[in-house]
Amino acid sequence: MNFPWLLIVLLTPLIGTVLLFIPKRFVAFSDQQIALYSSLITLLFVIVIALQFDISSSATTQFDVSFDWIPVFGITFHLGLTGISLVLVGLTAVLTPIVLLATEYEVQKKNKEFLMWILLTQASALAVFLARDLFLFYVVFEAMLIPIFFLVGRFGGPKRGAAALKFILFGLAGGLVMLAALIWLYFVAVNQLGRGTFSITALSNELKLDAWTERWLFLGFFFAFALKAPMIPGHTWLPDTAEQATPGTSTMLIGILDKVGTYGMLAILLPIFPNASIEFAPVIIGFAALGIIYGALVAIAQKNIKRTFAYISISHFGFIVMGIFSFTSIGMIGSVIYMVAHGLSTAGLFLTAGYLIRQKDNSLISNFGGVTKAAPVMTGLFLIAGLSSIALPGMAGFVAEFMVLTGTFQKYKIPAIIATLAIVLAAIYMLWLYQRVFTGTETKESSNIIDLNKKQILALSPLVALTLLFGFYPAPIIKISESTIAHTMTLVGATDPQPMIRKVVNQ
Amino acid sequence: MIQTVLNTIPTPSFEYALLSPILVMFLAACLGVLVEAFLPHEKRRFAHLIIVFTAILFAFFAVVLQSGPNGRALVANGTVALDGPGWILQGTILLVAALSALLFAESKIDPLGDAFAARASTLPGGEEEKIATKLGWAQTEIWPLFSFAISGMLLFVTANDLLVLFVALEVMSLPLYLLAGLARRRRLLSQEAALKYFILGALASAILLFGSALTYAYTGSLEFGQISNGISSANNSPGLLTAAIALVAVGMLFKVGAVPFHQWVPDVYTGSPTPVTSFMAGAVKVAAFGGLLRVFYVAFGALVWDWRPLIWVVAGLTMVVGSVIALAQSDFKRMLAYSSVSNGGFILVGFSATSRPAIAAVLIYLIAYAFATVGAFALLTLIREQAGESSTLIRWKGLGKKSPLVAGLMSLFMLSFAGIPLTSGFTAKFGVFTAAISGGATALVLVGVIASAIAAVFYIRVIILMFFSEPIPEGPFVVVPSIFTTIAITASAVVTIILGLFPQVVIDLISSASVFLR
Repeated sequence: MNFPWLLIVLLTPLIGTVLLFIPKRFVAFSDQQIALYSSLITLLFVIVIALQFDISSSATTQFDVSFDWIPVFGITFHLGLTGISLVLVGLTAVLTPIVLLATEYEVQKKNKEFLMWILLTQASALAVFLARDLFLFYVVFEAMLIPIFFLVGRFGGPKRGAAALKFILFGLAGGLVMLAALIWLYFVAVNQLGRGTFSITALSNELKLDAWTERWLFLGFFFAFALKAPMIPGHTWLPDTAEQATPGTSTMLIGILDKVGTYGMLAILLPIFPNASIEFAPVIIGFAALGIIYGALVAIAQKNIKRTFAYISISHFGFIVMGIFSFTSIGMIGSVIYMVAHGLSTAGLFLTAGYLIRQKDNSLISNFGGVTKAAPVMTGLFLIAGLSSIALPGMAGFVAEFMVLTGTFQKYKIPAIIATLAIVLAAIYMLWLYQRVFTGTETKESSNIIDLNKKQILALSPLVALTLLFGFYPAPIIKISESTIAHTMTLVGATDPQPMIRKVVNQ
Repeated sequence: MIQTVLNTIPTPSFEYALLSPILVMFLAACLGVLVEAFLPHEKRRFAHLIIVFTAILFAFFAVVLQSGPNGRALVANGTVALDGPGWILQGTILLVAALSALLFAESKIDPLGDAFAARASTLPGGEEEKIATKLGWAQTEIWPLFSFAISGMLLFVTANDLLVLFVALEVMSLPLYLLAGLARRRRLLSQEAALKYFILGALASAILLFGSALTYAYTGSLEFGQISNGISSANNSPGLLTAAIALVAVGMLFKVGAVPFHQWVPDVYTGSPTPVTSFMAGAVKVAAFGGLLRVFYVAFGALVWDWRPLIWVVAGLTMVVGSVIALAQSDFKRMLAYSSVSNGGFILVGFSATSRPAIAAVLIYLIAYAFATVGAFALLTLIREQAGESSTLIRWKGLGKKSPLVAGLMSLFMLSFAGIPLTSGFTAKFGVFTAAISGGATALVLVGVIASAIAAVFYIRVIILMFFSEPIPEGPFVVVPSIFTTIAITASAVVTIILGLFPQVVIDLISSASVFLR
């Protein structure tokens, strides 16, 4: 085994968590510093790994680390890196320090606890993206509910208890159905391969399922992922949770952890259940298109800033799902970029608006107006995040949305056309929100708002930089995820459609 | 003449060494009775503690040392089966009982003394009660009763003969009926619980005995192995056998608290002194399921196709009814009582699969559940108000602020009950679901999945109350316990985490020992 880089990456936030609880006599750093440094060290390790990642390699996973965990059931603690997981691990590693820096104000009293849960959220996100054993994936998929549950319940708004309960029940409901499917899949593997295994690679390469088993298993897993992502009609927990949670929590949850749903579709559903994926794709694309439009329309109607963001996310998750089930390389790569772009813009929206909301302890849109006068920098940062979110050219969001729509259009014309309408709706929800909150006459509430200080600007500037970078130059993400997507396409047996216009050779 | 008769009766063989765990506990109980008779008041408690803990320790070592492949045999003329599951169950019962014993021994939490009435014979709330309490008397008979109950359990899980099973059941149950009625606080509730438990328990015992008689009538034997042979070879009317199995099943399912024979559980669990409740939900549950496993796998194993549908129905009902009713509970003890019912349903799901992995899955579930439940009840004893334990859930608001440690540990046990990964509860659920799916009960697993989701609501609600709400004025306070309770809680928490993170250790131990002797 080579140097266990992935294990180190995973352990860093956990070590940080432990260090938080060492008496201060033995540690020279404050809690805030410990958490921040551990997340920065994680980022450093991820960069080192990314530089060593071989994009031309034909291997399914790289940097594998594997131990026996529960050998009776063939369960291993297997971490491995595919192109897609590298992208999402990178997103996690980038967003966590930003959240830690930007939310320094959020909790003063229970600071240690807040930092602990954030670091544990990060660790579980890293573990879930790195897991190459389906059982390990499931375990983390469920376990990661706990840190967010406490983050929402301990640090949220007045109705945080109910929101946290709703959040964890939706998560558990999905997870339990997935558990039943997981055990069933295990027995199929035992009967067919003669050994129990949960290895994602082995299951996707070796297993031949009969049609009905595959359909049922697909639905079991899809149910969990669709609740997590979330797709309508299983989305109702997200607005409630986002409304009550602090901006930092929302960023970790919607920016990173909800991607587990779409990641699961891409990295687990498609490779292991290829036939069922193709069969169900039209229905799923239909639901995705519905979600895109529904999320956008409801976002327009919201009175609360945080709920607006939640519905925007529901609309955007529709795009991601649509790209995945388009079964075109461009659509699927578009989805991967979309996950990154959405993570960046969500962080930008929640964190900038968070500064605003926190000052007034109120997240109603009608409460604000003309904020730009008092807080121009905040306004600017919000606008950039918002414009990337609605896919303005030059921003990461545009590249992603364009690729997804192009990919989908190649195979599903009508859903793609319907989804395009959302671009218009997006302009309404985002610009109208911007107009009402930041421009216009200054309300009494908005007059004494304090603009961002240098530290806060520093915390948010990487978001802006990355949004613009991937807007103009998305090549890194494309290069990294290309071979994994190609591999997935082969497993599914899908091919990109031929161009409609042939090159004219003669005449 | 006499000589020839004597020659035809086999000399009873009695493997003292192999039976030593049972015998030691029985001896300890007898010694305890002598202590009660001959030692003065103030020396009794100390003597009892020494006797009981030494006995448990000795019995446990006897189990550990003899449970290897050489120690697996039918002993006492085939009436006791010391096989893999038997040894595992005995070991588990002893460990869990030891934790309960620690709670029994705790006398620092309540300013008035331990959890038991000063004089059980005094009128609740009467003048005599006050005097007895003031004099600092203690009902030290609990210790011999406790030891008798354990020896009964150890015999119950290894009984290979319906008559021995019945005797063991009585030795285990009678002391429990008494213990249930000995609470120091809320004595009327406790006495009511004892009476209910006794009447219903006696009825169930009678039904079991009747079932045993019918089984004998059909197969001509009381020994499990011979019953099994008798069933395959006899050609009497099947109606007799059906009645026999049904009656035995009712008697056993009553003990495990399965729906529809669960009615006694909430009242008895709530009324009993909390250490006794922990004993019932922990050790007694293990023993009851151990007996159920052996009777149905060994004696009635040949008829699995006949009784399995029945168990499926009972399991499904038990999970759903237990979870749904628990949702509506406002009292923590009562909630845990229904949770115990619902967990029994999950164990039955694994039980219904009747395979080697199923035995292992049931045993792991029992271990996981027993330790977590003892831990939860032990924590409950620390959360108090002036009038005793504070078990009204709504009053626990903001407990996390008053004692993050107690509330945190309680959350751990709640998460384990809810089956969240990385806790023992998940390992357990995974095991029984796996066993059930391999046994073809996929639909039952789906019911189990739904029941788990329902159950998660009330477990998680406890966490929400403790951590996400502001404390109420004059709410409960948290007492710092003595070393006894501290050890019990720590041990439960460690088992809950270890079984969640590294289940392989226990799975190896149990999988190698999950074959019944017949």
